[in-house]
Amino acid sequence: MAAITLKSVGKTYAGGVNAVRGIDLDIADGEFLVLVGPSGCGKSTLLRMVAGLETITDGEIAIGGRVVNEVEPAERDIAMVFQNYALYPHMSVRQNLAYGLKNRKMAKEEISRRVDEAARILEIGAFLDRKPKALSGGQRQRVAMGRAIVREPSCFLFDEPLSNLDAKLRVQMRGEIKQLQARLGTTSIYVTHDQLEAMTLAHRLVVLNGGKVEQVGTPLEVYRRPASTFVASFIGSPAMNLMPARAEGAVAHVGAARVQLEIPAEGAMTLGLRPEDLRAVVPGTEGALHLKTAYVEELGAQRLVHGTVEGTPFGCAMPSDAALADELYLAAEPGAAHAFDAQDGRRLG
Amino acid sequence: MVEKRPFLNFLAHAVLVLGVLIVAFPIYVAFIASTHGPTDFLSGLIPLTPGDNMVNTYGKMMTDGMASAGMPPLSLQMFNSLIMALTIAIGKIAISIISAYAIVYFRFPFRGLAFWLIFITLMLPVEVRILPTYHVVASLGMLDTYAGLTIPLIASATATFLFRQVFLTIPDELMEAARIDGAGPLKFFWDILLPMSRNNIAALFVILFIYGWNQYLWPLLVTTDPSHYTIVMGIKRMADVVDSQPQWNYIMATAILAMLPPVLVVILMQKLFVKGLIETEK
Amino acid sequence: MKRTHFRNKILPYLLIAPQLAITIVFFLWPAGEAVLQSFQQEDAFGLKTSWVGLANYSDLFSDPVYIQSLEVTVVFTIAVTAAALIVALLLALAVDRAVKSGPAYTTLLVWPYAVAPAVVGVLWWFLFNPTIGILPYLLSLVGYHWNHALNGTDAMILVVIASAWPQVSYNFLFFVAGLQSIPASMREAAAIDGAGPVKRFFTITLPLLSPTTFFLTVVNFVYAMFATFPVIHATTKGGPAGSTDILVFKVYNDGFIGLNLGSSAAQSVVLLVIVIALTVIQFRFVERRVQY
Repeated sequence: MAAITLKSVGKTYAGGVNAVRGIDLDIADGEFLVLVGPSGCGKSTLLRMVAGLETITDGEIAIGGRVVNEVEPAERDIAMVFQNYALYPHMSVRQNLAYGLKNRKMAKEEISRRVDEAARILEIGAFLDRKPKALSGGQRQRVAMGRAIVREPSCFLFDEPLSNLDAKLRVQMRGEIKQLQARLGTTSIYVTHDQLEAMTLAHRLVVLNGGKVEQVGTPLEVYRRPASTFVASFIGSPAMNLMPARAEGAVAHVGAARVQLEIPAEGAMTLGLRPEDLRAVVPGTEGALHLKTAYVEELGAQRLVHGTVEGTPFGCAMPSDAALADELYLAAEPGAAHAFDAQDGRRLG
Repeated sequence: MVEKRPFLNFLAHAVLVLGVLIVAFPIYVAFIASTHGPTDFLSGLIPLTPGDNMVNTYGKMMTDGMASAGMPPLSLQMFNSLIMALTIAIGKIAISIISAYAIVYFRFPFRGLAFWLIFITLMLPVEVRILPTYHVVASLGMLDTYAGLTIPLIASATATFLFRQVFLTIPDELMEAARIDGAGPLKFFWDILLPMSRNNIAALFVILFIYGWNQYLWPLLVTTDPSHYTIVMGIKRMADVVDSQPQWNYIMATAILAMLPPVLVVILMQKLFVKGLIETEK
Repeated sequence: MKRTHFRNKILPYLLIAPQLAITIVFFLWPAGEAVLQSFQQEDAFGLKTSWVGLANYSDLFSDPVYIQSLEVTVVFTIAVTAAALIVALLLALAVDRAVKSGPAYTTLLVWPYAVAPAVVGVLWWFLFNPTIGILPYLLSLVGYHWNHALNGTDAMILVVIASAWPQVSYNFLFFVAGLQSIPASMREAAAIDGAGPVKRFFTITLPLLSPTTFFLTVVNFVYAMFATFPVIHATTKGGPAGSTDILVFKVYNDGFIGLNLGSSAAQSVVLLVIVIALTVIQFRFVERRVQY
């Protein structure tokens, strides 16, 4: 178990590309931290720097108080689960699990005790003697996790471990990873581009964009108070509606519609409204948002209505029994409006 | 098949049968010739049915050879051929796989230069640089040695490229996982890379064994001492002499024995052979 | 390219050293020597060498014997390549059609590749032997008197057949692989469009096989020009009267038998240029091999 500290960590590739810039993070002992962002945001690079697979060109990384910049991956006391699992194809599951322990010259009895223990936890005991080729995707995933567990490291690193699984299995494994981490209490850093995975797993999540941190916070903090339009559009599904508006006092004007803001502002701004924070009002209501419907998606529990408001694409989530019409009049729930700077997209207030 | 055309099917089989016959015919004639006694060739035409001298012919060639042509016993020549084929195959695989490993898994100064030095050897078949290579080997005192017979044929850009290609298709994560599992470069090579390349190694071995066994010009040049003769070059030395006094049965017995090992390798390991052939040329 | 590498400083040099050593000693040094010698001449007693610039080359290209050798090489190379490709393609098409029995035929057709060219030469030399060979006997029945020891054309035919014979197996395998990689749906679509088997072959199969054919043509050129030395050496020895004296054989002959170092070196360099040209063509085509 260990805390991990990143001090103004940066990565510049030989070609001069800045993949990661000035990252400061304090990851508490036992915390489950998720790095989330679109592809190319630097999240995998950052994880691989913690693992020791990428050199650190700026700043320093400490694991359990020890600066590890120049330490070999094997000596950092970490374990990693890869997206493609990276199981050794010519070794049986047992040999896969044991390989890292054998390289550490651990006693045979201890190795087999740990392998059996991991197999029990992950329910892979039945195929310990099979080769990875003979396993399903979900089973391989478990073996990859097993290889991390047997090491009993001070930190787990996950690099998009679920993205090669089908949707149903992904949800199931997500739950298992969460329980496992809670049970073992091992500090974990988890990289994903899937905001739902990030929300459901994280104690805290770090939203990355262009190699920089956009926001750090608990899932609810990030969902409720996104720090920028980027975070607002990235976290939450369906995505938050963002539209140009004009603020006067604490009211945002979008065409004829008016939305109450939580803080006063003046002039051009970007207004953000989550689809689930809207409700239909009587047609023609003064100051309501006027949605021209393009199409409807039925989700069963809800229906998503897509269209435009004042020419901006706009969606809203309605109860499944809500009446449908070519035009809808919508009002925002109190306190639902998010205000962002029109230029740099940062949250106002 | 797109549609039923009995005539085309018949034609296909006819072509194939004819092809098989054309391929087999020279071997058949050679084998028949090797079963006859020397006098059977004086009648004016090659016999086409088996004779009764087979045991005699092969027995004499294997144990005595042909003193009149300065030929040691074929068993010795086949042994030399085997040594040459195995040394070339194993040697090429060994030096190619480690150099490919260095090129793919390490960054080091002059890596590009090393790569191109190996690359240009592709363009230098032994037949082209034969005389100067001979001089080099002679000046190193390697004539009439197994080393002289094999080492100059061991460097191979083709095998290096093949292994480079194989390594490039192995996911990066495997090496990363191994590093996290505490495996250094040599351990990773031995524990992960080598077992994973087994099939490619076997396929390449089949091709290189044939290549090595069938070497002709090079052994012809570097061996003057009969105890280092290989069977493929030996057959020629024998044929040169018998021109005046044809002992076809012995020559053909030698030809059959010279082709037997590589042909058996191809037939018994056809899958690996085809894989090796296609991989080394892609 | 791997995204991460081992950091070891000395190990990569140790790993690459054996191959580099052999390459330098047995490839680059001799090749360099050949280039040097091609600009030098030895006196009659081999005591003194002097620089002669391009004299060896100009002598070479004004020597009618060398020009003949060039011509012989061109004819020989084209004949071997054409024969080996056409026969192989026919067999491959037949195997592709005989779906079920295809693998059995394949086994029976591939093994000549394993027979050493020198042995192949001896076999055909035996079959074509003017006094006891079976083929001259059959030819005499139709009134042709075969004698490759005297007739240049007969000699050329002999070495072409002997050289093409093992190469058919090689080409055959690649054509079979090429044919199998053509999706059946494509031929089915053409059949639905009303194209018969012959038309399909020329409009669908042959164009789609053209990468394989091109690749094989280059490989066969290289084979015919360089790897057929044992066939020539074991049969005609370049004769009669130089009618099968291909370039590789001449280099050997002039260097080892004639001991004309300067000329032999110049010939080596000419061959080097030809190999380099062919290799470049091949790599242009199979580009991923040069990617680095």
